[in-house]
Amino acid sequence: MNLQDLQIVAPELIVLIMACSLLMLDLFLSPQRRGILHLVSILTMALAAIITLRGHPALEATGTVMAFADTVIRDGMGDLLKVFAYLIMIFVFVYSRHYLKQFNMYRGEFYSLAMFALLGAMVLISAANLITVYLGLELMALSLYAMVALKRDDRRATEAAMKYFILGSMASGFLLYGMSMVYGATGSLQISEISLAAAQQGSDSMILVFGLIFMVVAMAFKFGLVPFHMWVPDLYEGAPAPVVLFISSMPKLAAFAMAIRLLQDGLSSLHHDWQGMLIVVAVLSIVLGNLAALAQQNIKRMLAYSTISHMGFVMFGLLSGTAAGFGASMFYVITYALMSAGAFGVVIFMSGKGIEAEKLSDYKGLNQRNPWFAAMFAALMLSMAGIPVFVGFFAKWLVIQAVVDAGLIWLALLAVVFSVIGGYYYLRVIKIMYFDKAKDEAPIQAPSDFRAVLSVNALLMVVLGIFSAPLIAACMAVF
Amino acid sequence: MTSSLPLLSILIWLPLLGAVLVLLAGNQRPAVARWLALLVASVTLLLSLQLWTGFDTTTAAMQFTELKAWIPVFNVNYHLGVDGFSMPLILLTTIFGVLVIVAGWEVIKDRVHQYMAAFLVLQAALTGVFAALDGLLFYVFFEAMLVPMFLLIGVWGGPNRVYAAVKFFLYTFLGSVFMLIGLIYLYLQSGSFNILEWHELGLSMTEQKWIFLGMLAAFAVKIPMWPVHTWLPDAHVEAPTGGSIILAAVMLKVGGYGFIRFSLPITPDASAMLDWVVIGLSLIAVVYIGFVALVQTDMKKLIAYSSITHMGFVTLGLFIAFSIFRASPDGFGAAMGVEGAMMQMISHGFISGALFFVVGVLYDRMHSRDIADYGGVANVMPWFSMFAVLFFMANAGLPGTSGFVGEFMVILASFNASIWIAFFATFTLILGAAYNLWLVKRVFFGEVRNEKVSRLRDINSREVFILTVLAVAVLTIGLYPQPLLNVMHASVEHLLQQITQTKII
Repeated sequence: MNLQDLQIVAPELIVLIMACSLLMLDLFLSPQRRGILHLVSILTMALAAIITLRGHPALEATGTVMAFADTVIRDGMGDLLKVFAYLIMIFVFVYSRHYLKQFNMYRGEFYSLAMFALLGAMVLISAANLITVYLGLELMALSLYAMVALKRDDRRATEAAMKYFILGSMASGFLLYGMSMVYGATGSLQISEISLAAAQQGSDSMILVFGLIFMVVAMAFKFGLVPFHMWVPDLYEGAPAPVVLFISSMPKLAAFAMAIRLLQDGLSSLHHDWQGMLIVVAVLSIVLGNLAALAQQNIKRMLAYSTISHMGFVMFGLLSGTAAGFGASMFYVITYALMSAGAFGVVIFMSGKGIEAEKLSDYKGLNQRNPWFAAMFAALMLSMAGIPVFVGFFAKWLVIQAVVDAGLIWLALLAVVFSVIGGYYYLRVIKIMYFDKAKDEAPIQAPSDFRAVLSVNALLMVVLGIFSAPLIAACMAVF
Repeated sequence: MTSSLPLLSILIWLPLLGAVLVLLAGNQRPAVARWLALLVASVTLLLSLQLWTGFDTTTAAMQFTELKAWIPVFNVNYHLGVDGFSMPLILLTTIFGVLVIVAGWEVIKDRVHQYMAAFLVLQAALTGVFAALDGLLFYVFFEAMLVPMFLLIGVWGGPNRVYAAVKFFLYTFLGSVFMLIGLIYLYLQSGSFNILEWHELGLSMTEQKWIFLGMLAAFAVKIPMWPVHTWLPDAHVEAPTGGSIILAAVMLKVGGYGFIRFSLPITPDASAMLDWVVIGLSLIAVVYIGFVALVQTDMKKLIAYSSITHMGFVTLGLFIAFSIFRASPDGFGAAMGVEGAMMQMISHGFISGALFFVVGVLYDRMHSRDIADYGGVANVMPWFSMFAVLFFMANAGLPGTSGFVGEFMVILASFNASIWIAFFATFTLILGAAYNLWLVKRVFFGEVRNEKVSRLRDINSREVFILTVLAVAVLTIGLYPQPLLNVMHASVEHLLQQITQTKII
């Protein structure tokens, strides 16, 4: 380890230092002054973003730079994902504060746990070695388990935390098992070396394919893909809204990076094998996610199944195995994280007085109560449904283009048919907000920073749709 | 020709900007919202007249073109332009942009600003669909128009509005996603989303067939053709008057326009091979739906079904060209079929718009669309009945009105293809006369049926204005269609050239 290495991981260092400092700071702050923690967290994100965006001299020359004996990689894909992770963290912090105050959960742990989860995600994004992958994943996952259980007196939240923990540990076990097989087959933990060794053996090596299967299972679990999705609806329903907001957005970026690191960087020579596996989980996720979402009356569960189907779409770009496909998936996952953050932002916006706005009927006549936020929620829903000019459409367009390009037109047909079916439940939310009469006319109260950020978040759906070119170009350029 | 002013962009973005301003007017000041919306729509209409005056009728090339890179990585461009097909349709859109706002003037009392803004957004999307020369841009506008229409039906519609709105949305959405895959495929083959380049793109028969079917799914739902027409009567019945007007007058034309811009020139060989499908479905629409219209008891439903039969003439006129070319290589009459289809679209725009307004006028007074509730309206509303009878006659295809021109041209063209097709097509004259005249007899003539009818008041100046504008349009096109035909002539010739050249490689 030398100074050079530290410079490469400067963003991670900042987050680590600040996460520890927050923990300390919390001890010395009186409850009235917790706002400082909030402010410091947001400033940290801004600082990390600046450091990340400043880049690294070696990055411009070669595109990638390695650190810590080649166990950490810094490249364009990682930096782009991290920048959006910070942005989403800012959204999360602003949305959460309102809720945490209302539900008597306003404590420092939330901030430091979120920071540690982000650190885990960043390590995972930058992993160039199987050990680093596992380290990052576990750091992220353990922080998330704790966050789910933050509302410890709530039975549903504790149950969700237990479920998430047990299933998540199993997935980690699968991942380790897969990694050990890959290590056995290739003799290395270094992803670049695995790639070379795997290219020589190909899919003839039974042990390598077995390892791949276990790793894909673990990944599918982290994405919440069918048939490894069971935890998703229960977790979404049981966990407090800000935690769901967090879990549904930022970790997806990390999961995407993990998939790229393991499948593309590591085992691209087995593309044919993992393509088949991903097709299966993608199809199942899109079919089951959309059909199950139709039947939900609880908006958090509905959004859970919608996440499942969206993650199926993310697989589309990945499984195509082309650079344009990876770029498409990355665009999808980034815009999905933003959409999901906004949607849960609205759920928090509607919650108050100790009651979470979970039931769809809670949103009745929102257009009468608050036309602006009804329009914002409508924009988010239409974006999720994939209606132009909202950004969700461009994401769907790109991933469908990727599978058509890969010659899998039947997959594209299936996807569009199910996105029409999925269109129904998003429309239903709009119907409830616009066509139904409000149950109570009481105006909805939220602090002004919350309103501003939620507006920006939802307007991003339109702005990123009309001006999608720069982000698309950026996503395509890193592969 | 590139104009110095980005006229088409202004026609798209001005209503959008207007919509934002109208929304800012807020719920408390409906008068401001109304006048602002009217102002924006009127300015847009006046500007759009430049399309007509500045249009070069001698060329089939795109005019008023604009080209800017949009998503350069995938060669997607903000590419606009009009030819003889799209220019009249844009004018139709801007004219109705004003009329629907006037039509909803005092009728809509609830959330006026949102109502007006929805119409302005809808107008922008419709103009964009007709002006787009980029496949993805076209798709964006094609889908974007669903949202305001969905809200219009759902918020201001009748008792069964939620069902109708959702059905409308999902039907159209389902059709168009298949088109999206077709567009993506064309991009992957050509490396561009430029529609004009797609016109030149060589494709094998199998590819053409699948692309044709994908696009047929989108446009057949939109226009709509039997058997995917069932959303239309529901949407019409539940939509507010303004929504019905713009739906019938402009939105259905997007389907016909799609065939002209996409299906025919991009997949000419598949269109020639599968023309019997479209012709068959068109004749079913003309004959069967004609009978269905006859038995309707709801006036809006009757007009909705009559729209479907009239749209059957559009698809018939477009696809009859292939049989004409098969029958005689010189293709005599093919141009007449396509021009007839275009005339039919424009004329049907004015007539159906007028008819839905007529029903709206009655509904505002009686809160019923049931034919049985009426009778002898002519006795109490003479001025109104004069207009109404004119429009129902035009709907039946009376010579001298615009309704006659298009139908006559299409029937004449189909004689060149097959006498049997012409035979079935002429059913419309009988059936159209039957359902229109019967309705006129039951609603307008005869004794005053009941107390409520006797208390009806004749139309006010706002309603006279709308009906006069539409009556002038219907009669002008009916008596002197030549200027309109001149506009489209060069483009029609160009289209016929495109569809007679094989693209199989």
